[in-house]
Parts: sequence; structure tokens; C-alpha cells
Amino acid sequence: MNTSVETETTEMSPQIAALSRPPKVMVTKIGLDGHDRGSRLVASFLRDAGMEVIYTGPWQEVATVVNQAAQEDVDCIGVSSLATDHLLVPKLMTALRNAGLDDTIVIVGGIVPDEDEKMLKQEGVAAVFHSGSSRADIVDGIADLIIKRRKELGE
Amino acid sequence: MAQDGKNTTLGQDFEAARDGWQGAYEKQLPDEEKRHNRSGIEVKPLYTPEDWSSDDYMPDLGFPGDAPYTRGIYPTMHRGRSWTQRQLIGLATPEDYNARMRRIVDSGATALSMIPCNSFYRGFDADEVDIEILGTCGTTINTVDDMETCLAGVPIGDISIALNDPSPFTLLAFLLSVAKRRNVSWDRISGTSNQSDYISHYVANHMFFRLALGGARRLFVDHVQFVNERLPMWNPVSVVGQHMQQSGATPAEAMAFTLASAIQYAEDCQARGLDVDTFLPRFTFFFDISISFFEEIAKFRAGRRIWARLAKERLGAKDPRAWRFKFHAQTSGVDLTRQQPLNNIARTTTQAIAGILGGLQSMHTDAYDEVLSTPTEAAAKIAIQTQNILREEAGLTDVIDPLGGSYYVEALTDQMEEKILAAFDVIEAAGGMFKAVENGLVQEKLGDSSLEFQRRVETGKQTIVGVNAYQDDEPIPVMPLERPDRSAMEAQVQKLKKFKADRSLAGVERALAAMARACENEDDSVFSRLVDAADAGATHGEICTCLRAELGFGQPLIAA
Repeated sequence: MNTSVETETTEMSPQIAALSRPPKVMVTKIGLDGHDRGSRLVASFLRDAGMEVIYTGPWQEVATVVNQAAQEDVDCIGVSSLATDHLLVPKLMTALRNAGLDDTIVIVGGIVPDEDEKMLKQEGVAAVFHSGSSRADIVDGIADLIIKRRKELGE
Repeated sequence: MAQDGKNTTLGQDFEAARDGWQGAYEKQLPDEEKRHNRSGIEVKPLYTPEDWSSDDYMPDLGFPGDAPYTRGIYPTMHRGRSWTQRQLIGLATPEDYNARMRRIVDSGATALSMIPCNSFYRGFDADEVDIEILGTCGTTINTVDDMETCLAGVPIGDISIALNDPSPFTLLAFLLSVAKRRNVSWDRISGTSNQSDYISHYVANHMFFRLALGGARRLFVDHVQFVNERLPMWNPVSVVGQHMQQSGATPAEAMAFTLASAIQYAEDCQARGLDVDTFLPRFTFFFDISISFFEEIAKFRAGRRIWARLAKERLGAKDPRAWRFKFHAQTSGVDLTRQQPLNNIARTTTQAIAGILGGLQSMHTDAYDEVLSTPTEAAAKIAIQTQNILREEAGLTDVIDPLGGSYYVEALTDQMEEKILAAFDVIEAAGGMFKAVENGLVQEKLGDSSLEFQRRVETGKQTIVGVNAYQDDEPIPVMPLERPDRSAMEAQVQKLKKFKADRSLAGVERALAAMARACENEDDSVFSRLVDAADAGATHGEICTCLRAELGFGQPLIAA
């Protein structure tokens, strides 16, 4: 996909610019569904805002996501779900804990019913971005989570 | 087109009145920004005989049922035969599907559809995927026995069934096997292979993509040939512009890419030696209807006109049935919002009116809660009743192509036609649709257009009620979740295991081996062997696994 499209708002937020290294986010889809319009858009937003983005494409296995997150040392994993693939996120959280990646922030975006959102938050998901979320909501929301987490880790 | 035959002699009275209006308009709105539709066409405040003249009536419009079909593909259109109400149905177990489908038939639906579970779309059996997501988005159908259960009590020789059945078309194979068991002649099996458009799956909707591009191409032609020879009432091809538009294409791009795909498919069939007048009348199309009201109507009118010309002149079809642009349409889910979700009923209604005025043959209206979760039965009922209200109460079927002759709609139809043909030519210049998707050109266009639309929303150029304007603080209602019962899904997995244990394994292995050999032999039909394999008891997952080994795994281009 062409990512050279010029955007109107490519300014990096001062908060992000002040970090020692740019936030690193993996944008992924686990499970079966392949609808990727949302995940491609979010990946573009985050890149334009100055974040480093690893885009995996759809159909990822939980184990693959965890391995890649460890290798790439990402701050955050964003899981996109249009169908019901977010029901696999609890498995992802367990696998991350087992791999010692407790500090990795996990967020979910897409079509997530309220009951599922409650469940996901209980499992440790930091934020859920529903369809209709603005670019600013998503970019600032993720940036804030990462900045806070890095502070907690003493970075 | 109108540009050539524009009315230039409207007289001094006209010109004086026009200049007067223009002066008054500009005085009152001196700084007005130009407006554009989603396809990028400037929309003016007023259209007059300067924009379209009835001198162009015969070449551009003609009469319904006659080429170029701008006003409709049948002489009687919705007066003679209303559009088919085809709601997508698919949930949990085959038993659940059967119960709900029978209720929907009783409530007036005139045709069935079958939506399998996501595991099926990806080419897996129920025992190959995580139980958490099994049956959450459609029915779990892995075997001929599952199909038998889905269709229990359904007179399959007398009802049209649209199968969401991407390449390699195992649902159709299961259906044929059920017909054989019931002694129903294959001559009477009618319906559509809804998801045969593997190019759209590769580009826009990876969920349905199972085989490598080249393998899918082979299966496609084998399937069309089989249907030509054995299933006179079956439509093997539905070219899916809906995927393109849902994935971000503008309405004009979606139409252009769909037509380019249809040309690719038809020319692939011709290269096999199939007769265009036999297979082309069975091609159907499937489109998205966005809320961009007039643009959608013009998209459909222009599409009909272009297809008639392509079918006749480029493909050489002589049978007028091949020139007719038959299409199903679905109201766009992308326009629906999670905020104030009941507003979605108004959106769906508006989209549906555009589709009806655009001359569709079959329609699915979205449930308002689709954006919150898998649609509930209550919301699905409102969606069906919306169609009944528009047909029975609003009088939308009284007049054929009621917007024909509107200066705006005719000028816009001409402009959409130009825009569609320009995008079509880009694909042609790239070597046709197959090449254009292989090298990522189409994917790039979809990505750019989707980003551009999102930018319009972010900057407020495109208002979305309840999202970037007219918001309120009302909490978003909590919808009851209709999720399959976990124990029922576990029982379904057990049923599959029992099915596998009870069948003749030797027979299945023989049939799968014959199918694998057909992949190597261009004179054999892979699909015909697949029908035999399904009948011998091969499961969907086994068939897909075998074909993936022979023809390659379908891995779409991944980039963002």
C-alpha cells in the first residue's frame, strides 16, 4: 500500500517528540477475519503522528504476535476486530504474561459490543476504541498510554 | 453523451433569466465553497437544459428493457417484478440456521441466503479453529450432513438460494449432494454463487480468500463451465463491487473495478472456449449503496449503460440477456454509526431508496445494530419491514426510473460514466484487472480513497450526525448479545468428528486424490472432482487443504 500520501496534519505532538525514541506500535488482526480497512487507516494515522508502526496484516496467530512483539520490543499492540476476533484477546493477554511481556500495552479497536468491552478491560486491555473514534482520540489516546507506561518503567 | 448535444439555443429569455438567477445566487452566497461528491465530481447548485438536453434521449437513455438500459434492464421493472428481498442469514449451528431461516421465509422473504461462519470462509473445519469464535458470525457448515440439516423442510427445487460461497465453492457441492440424496434434479437447483469474485476478495476482503490468485482463477473458470453444462438455473458469477466500496473505493472507482473484474472473468471464460452467449447472461453484480443519494443512483444508471456496451462490443455477446446489468445491492454498513444507533434506520432507508430508484433487482437492508454487534433478530426484522414500507406504502414502484430526465441526474449520470471509464482505462493500461491487483495498483487506490474519506470526516468536510456533529451525551445503548451457546458449538465439533469416523475413508481419499490430479491436468475439471469429493464425504476443510497444497495458499498483499 502506498503510504506516501501527504496528510494535512503530519505534525508530531510535542509529547511524542520529547520521547527518547518514538513510540513503537504493532497493528494487527488475530483470528479469522480479514477486513482490514480500519487497521490500515489506524496504521497510517499513527505513522503520520510520528510513531513507528509494525503492520502485520490479518490472520495472525496469537503466538506469532507475541513473538514479534518481543523481538521488536513494541510499546503497544493494537488489535483490530470487525467480526468477533476480539474474543481471542484474553488468550493473547495470557500468552503475553507467559512470555514476560506484562508491560506491553494492549488496545482493541473496531466493532466491540459493550459486554465484551467490560470483559476485555477485566483481562487487562488498556483501552477500546470503537468505530467512529476520531483520529485525534486514537493517536492521543495511544500516545498518552505509552508516555505514562514509559514513565512507570523509569524511561 | 450530453456534452456533445447540449442545448445551446435556449434563447434570450433563458439566458437573461439564468444570468438573473446566477447574480442573485452569488450575491446571497458570495463565498460559498465548491461542493464535491464522494467520487470527486463537483456538484453545482442548479442544473438546467444547458447541462442535459432531451436531444440525447435516444442514444443515452432509450426505453426500459432496451439497450443501453440506462432506465432499467426490464420493460416492466419493479411494476412487473419487485426486487427480491434477500436478507443475509447465518448463525451458529445448522439447526439454528434452519429454525431462523424458516421463520424468515414465513415472514415473506422470497429467497434464501446462507452465510457460513468465518472459519468456513477461511477454509477450515470447526475442529481446526478456536472455539471462542466458532459460529459467532455465521453458520458452521463443514459437511453434506450439515447442509442437509440447514435445509431440512426446505423445498430446494422450488426456492432460490444465494450461497456466500467463495472459491472453491464447497457449499454448492454440498447443496448438489443434498439434491442427489433427495432425488431433486440438478436442473431445478436455482440461486447464485455469491462470492465467486476472487479478485475482490484478494483486494478488499481477505476473509474470503483461500487459494493463491492463479489457483482461484483456474477454479473460477472450471466452476463456470460446470454450471454452464449441468446447472441451467444457477448463476455462477456475482461480481462484487460492494467489497471494493466498503474497503474504501469511491462509488465511481467501485463501479470501474467491478466492470474491469467482470471483463477479466468473461475473457478468461472465452479463453477456455466457452460461448459468451451461454455464460454471460448468468453474470450478476453486487454493489454497495452509500448514503450519497444522487451519486449512487447515477452510479447504477451509468454502470448499466457501460456494461451494455462492453458486453456487446468488447465481448461480442449477441444475446440481449448478456447485455443486462443485473445487480443485487446492500445498504452500506460503513455509513452506520455506533453513536445514536437508531439513526441508522434513517440512513438505511435513505440508502435503500437510492438503490430502488437506481433500478436494483435484489436488496439487503442492514440492521441498525450491525455496527454494535452481529445483528439481532428484532433489528433484522425492522430492516425487512423497511423494504416492505418503501415498496407498499411509499409508491416507489409505481413509475420506472422516476428520476430519468432530471437535468441533475442525467448530467451526473454522464459525469459518473466519464469518471468510471477513466478509472477503468487505468486498469486496462495496467494490463487488465488480474495484473492490476497482482501488482497492488487497485489496493493502492482503495487505500488512498479510504484515507481521503476519513480526512473529510476528520476535518468536518463530511458531516456524520452524532459523530462529528449533533453529538449528545446519551450513553450508547447496550445491545443484547446473541452469541452461540458454547456447549452447542462443542456439540457441533463432536458431530463433525462423528461424521468423519462414520464415513468410508477410502472413498474420501480416492475422491480427494482425483481432485488433486485434476489440478495438474488442464483438461479435467477441478470443480467437477470437488463435487464428487463432497458427495463422497470429504469435509470443507479437507477439500480446501488439498487444493491449497496443489494450487497454493491464498495470501493477500499485506501492506499499510
